[in-house]
Amino acid sequence: MTILYQNKQYIRDNITKKRDDERSNDEFRKITIETGVIGRAEGSARVKIGDTEIIAGIKMDIGKPFPDSPAEGVIMVNSEFSALASPDFENGPPREDSIELSRVVDRGIRESKTLDVEKLCVEEGEKVWMVFIDITIVNHDGNLIDAAGIGAITALLTAQIPKIDKDGTINRDGKFEGALPIRDIPVPITSGLINNTIVTDMNKNETECAEAIFTVATIKNENYCAMQKAGPSEMTDEQMLKISEIAQKESKKIRSAIEAAVKKHKA
Amino acid sequence: MGSNVPEKYKTLIKDDKRIDGRKLDELRPVKIEVGVIPSASGSAYIEIGNTKVLAAVHGPKEMFPRHMIDEDKAVLNVRYAMLPFSTSDRVRPGPSRRSNEISKVTRHALESVICLEEYPAMGIDLTLDIIQADAGTRATAITAASVALAHAGIPMKGLVAATAIGKINDKLAVDLNGPEDNFGQTDMPIAMISTNKNITLLQMDGDFSKEEFKTALSMAKKAIGPLFEAQKAALRKYYE
Repeated sequence: MTILYQNKQYIRDNITKKRDDERSNDEFRKITIETGVIGRAEGSARVKIGDTEIIAGIKMDIGKPFPDSPAEGVIMVNSEFSALASPDFENGPPREDSIELSRVVDRGIRESKTLDVEKLCVEEGEKVWMVFIDITIVNHDGNLIDAAGIGAITALLTAQIPKIDKDGTINRDGKFEGALPIRDIPVPITSGLINNTIVTDMNKNETECAEAIFTVATIKNENYCAMQKAGPSEMTDEQMLKISEIAQKESKKIRSAIEAAVKKHKA
Repeated sequence: MGSNVPEKYKTLIKDDKRIDGRKLDELRPVKIEVGVIPSASGSAYIEIGNTKVLAAVHGPKEMFPRHMIDEDKAVLNVRYAMLPFSTSDRVRPGPSRRSNEISKVTRHALESVICLEEYPAMGIDLTLDIIQADAGTRATAITAASVALAHAGIPMKGLVAATAIGKINDKLAVDLNGPEDNFGQTDMPIAMISTNKNITLLQMDGDFSKEEFKTALSMAKKAIGPLFEAQKAALRKYYE
């Protein structure tokens, strides 16, 4: 943890009056969504929330399906907290926080049945598409889960399924079958408690002051598809209900931004 | 989880009764034993339905690894593991992404009640072994963990117990069993503190409307009550 004790105290004491970047408590920082940033990937996106920046890339491969779902494609989410993004990150195998991030993003996409995995079957029991969603943090200034979740779904929406050549190999020369079968746009929104006050889209310093953190992913029809509470402190049910309502409201705005970015990409 | 639901699990609720005969708001049978591992500072064994968990606390003791020492308070090290023979397909031993994440949320679920500041620079090791899994393993492990911590004599502000609220055949139900978890629509593990019913763990995957989420929270509050009673009864019985 790199934040000074004095800064922590300052943020905690002042949070009820104002945030250190003058935002209101449920206000997001400026979000930018870019598509098609990695030409070699089947789909990609760069998302910035304030100074936080992530890149999400989709790679696809043919693999064997799981025995309990022989006719379904496979989704895998992985994230890299590269040492370039923050002095707090160390190189090496994924740690707790990056595993949690991957799994929360994964659940948002999987549980909302966003990807129609049945359409990703090539040969039942033998060959299915495996969709790898890899997320790398470029700069860490908090709220990594929301940035990663926005990046992952944007990359999926812009991804193209590669053509399979006659000899059964994947064509990597830019020949595509078409878009991935996507049915929804789950968006995770994370809020935390600082000095028992609900604060949305926390930057890195705020995150380090947060007693408890709650992520809620919402789909198009405003239902929730995934939730995760983190942080060492408890939350009341009222606080959780309030945070889930903020998530409904904010996810709507962000979903429109994603849709606009994807529309622009396809134009 | 495959989307192919076996015929016998297509109807999980019939005449408001579940496949194991329970009502929608009924917990599975609970059995808790205290002090089952003599070499541990504190331990507990728990059965909730067919889910069986052993919990052991070692410490407070010297913190290891040393670079993880916190000069202000004890560090709680949680290791949750599903043993290889606990499920129908063998679980590969050693940490997985799933067990890493569950260890983390379990630590957070317990940290807020433990008076960690009583033991600066020390470590408390909490090991949770799932010996048989039939849904709700993290919830069951948390319920066992706070009993083991109490048995170890570690000061706490309250007990923590956990259960799951799920949605099966479009209805909300308490404490899902294996088939209900596998073939149901939603699963929401939740942990609460005995004294104020505040929430220390909540995860959800599946589909909930705003109203369903609200109802699920109040169902959880009601359902967890008997778990606190079972925890207290087990501790009382041990010291009698």
